[in-house]
Amino acid sequence: MATVDKQPAIRCRNLVKEYGSGNSLVRALRGVDLDVYAGELTLMVGPSGCGKTTLLSVVAGILEPTSGEVDVLGTDIARMAQWRKVKFRRDNIGFVFQQYNLLPALTAAENVSVPLILAGVPKRKAVEAAIKMLNQMDMGSRAHALPSKLSGGQQQRVAIARALVHHPQLLVCDEPTSALDAKTGHTIMEILRNVAVEGDRAVIIVTHDSRVLEFGDRIARMEDGHIVSVSPEAATIAAH
Amino acid sequence: MSWVALRMLTGNRAKFMGIVLGVTFAALLIAQQASIFCGLMLMTTSQIRDIQGAQIWVMDPNVQFIDDIKPMSEVELFRVRGVPGVEWAVRLYKGLSRAKLDDGTFQQVILLGLDDASMVGAPSEMIYGSIADLRRPDAIIMDENGYGQLWPGEKFQPGKVFEMNDRRAQIVGLCKARPTFQTFPVVYTRYSQATKFAPPERKMMSFVLANPQPNVPVEEACRRIIDQTGLQAMTNEAFAWKTINYYMLKTGIPINFGITVFLGFLVGTAIAGQTFYLFTIENLKQFGALKAMGAGNLKLLGMIMLQAAVVAFIGYGLGVGAAAFFGHMTGGTSQLAYFMPWEVLWGTGVAVVLISILSSLLCIRRVMVLEPAIVFQG
Ligand SMILES: Nc1ncnc2c1ncn2[C@@H]1O[C@H](COP(=O)(O)OP(=O)(O)O)[C@@H](O)[C@H]1O
Ligand SMILES: [Mg+2]
Repeated sequence: MATVDKQPAIRCRNLVKEYGSGNSLVRALRGVDLDVYAGELTLMVGPSGCGKTTLLSVVAGILEPTSGEVDVLGTDIARMAQWRKVKFRRDNIGFVFQQYNLLPALTAAENVSVPLILAGVPKRKAVEAAIKMLNQMDMGSRAHALPSKLSGGQQQRVAIARALVHHPQLLVCDEPTSALDAKTGHTIMEILRNVAVEGDRAVIIVTHDSRVLEFGDRIARMEDGHIVSVSPEAATIAAH
Repeated sequence: MSWVALRMLTGNRAKFMGIVLGVTFAALLIAQQASIFCGLMLMTTSQIRDIQGAQIWVMDPNVQFIDDIKPMSEVELFRVRGVPGVEWAVRLYKGLSRAKLDDGTFQQVILLGLDDASMVGAPSEMIYGSIADLRRPDAIIMDENGYGQLWPGEKFQPGKVFEMNDRRAQIVGLCKARPTFQTFPVVYTRYSQATKFAPPERKMMSFVLANPQPNVPVEEACRRIIDQTGLQAMTNEAFAWKTINYYMLKTGIPINFGITVFLGFLVGTAIAGQTFYLFTIENLKQFGALKAMGAGNLKLLGMIMLQAAVVAFIGYGLGVGAAAFFGHMTGGTSQLAYFMPWEVLWGTGVAVVLISILSSLLCIRRVMVLEPAIVFQG
């Protein structure tokens, strides 16, 4: 059997997240163990309500776990101070949302530039870099359009450009295709496959769309607050 | 991120205008009511400012304001004249009389009797005739607005006659006078004449107008008059303030206007606060996305405060501008008192800043406690 010499980019152990308390207590994560590797696209699938979004939020550092370990890029983010977590997200994580969440008053290029602006890059340089990123997404011609003038697929491409423009180590996407028709969803997955997976960036995509499973390097199946299987197992990929 | 904040704010024109209009309305209401109040207060001092030529007003120690007449004996005039440092002192009659018109109707008028020899306190701007005409028998000079009040729509006719206290009065001149608080016509005449036009009283002298010698400061002269005569003596300005203070403290006027100004403040806060809050709620998801992407609370706080400041600045400018325009439009045409000193602008500014702070506090709270995890909720 081949040895695993690769360090995971994300390592969760016995991760628990509970919402509310008393009678209204919801145990969304019930002891999750998961490794996500750099340079790979990990798909997280499972029925609605099983805890995928919750897990993604904890891993991305925007939700506090109730207990357990969560190690992201070599840092224990569960025990990180709020302000450091904000900076950690800004520097290391790209977000893609189901509802795109673009700022409606900003053009596509300006939207894409926001993570760079947050990092202190001057606006002109940031927008230049944003336009370059949009070109990679075949969106160069719509760089100065407002989101309301773009189709859903185009908006999601802008959102992906925004998530990647500052070259984060980790990209998290929550149901990036479920607001789109099948064909557009397929294109978006291709873009994520071809553009996002680069160098040692780890990409996690949450989906319940079984048609996109072919794009994943690794599929983590979730049920009822647990990871029930990961395929292929870490050893298998590490071996080839 | 400031340009992002501004674009968020102005992205939806209609909503942006809604927020600004709330502040504009509040600023307009506050500035306008405060200006009318200041105008009214200033109006109470109209006659002090109209009666020129002397630097010092001397009066009975119990007089509280210009229309509070407590007649003095003529002896006091000579005592004032005897105070070292006083260059000259003359009498002034001020009182109310009734004018009886041709058609038999009566009308209250403000009667001013000027020192026969010097005519100190005479109107400074004549429209028809001259001060010297007052030396003619039964002569009076009336203010322009008063003439219009007594004979509405009639063109001015010199020599027009009416009666006061059963004595014949003949108009020999027309002058300008500042609108008074009592809104009665103002009638100027000689002191000796005034005592006949006025209802008879034991003492007739209302005020003594005096000037200090050139080398004596006005305040010093006032103090000496007070010390030597036991009367009240003060500068024009001090008397004007004394009058204003009387109306401020002893009448309900400030309270009434205070209530209106306060209501303007409340309504403005409610409108601006509500629209600004709704604006923030609508943008909550955007703020959440920014938070997830690594915008700290301090940065978001700065964005909201910038948005509030811009709204406050524009709303203030529009509101105060509209108030000034209103004053300009009404000032010339009607008798409405309107005076907008810098204190009104300043006070309105403070109110607007308060309004925007109050309005943004709720928004700031909402955004501060916002969980960035909401961005993943469909
Ligand atoms: N903010 C919350 N408060 C209470 N319960 C929540 C909250 N968010 C999610 N849940 C519950 O936690 C469980 C997992 O939700 P979620 O992580 O959104 O699942 P998924 O993304 O797989 O559909 C669900 O039962 C959901 O109702
Ligand atoms: Mg979900």
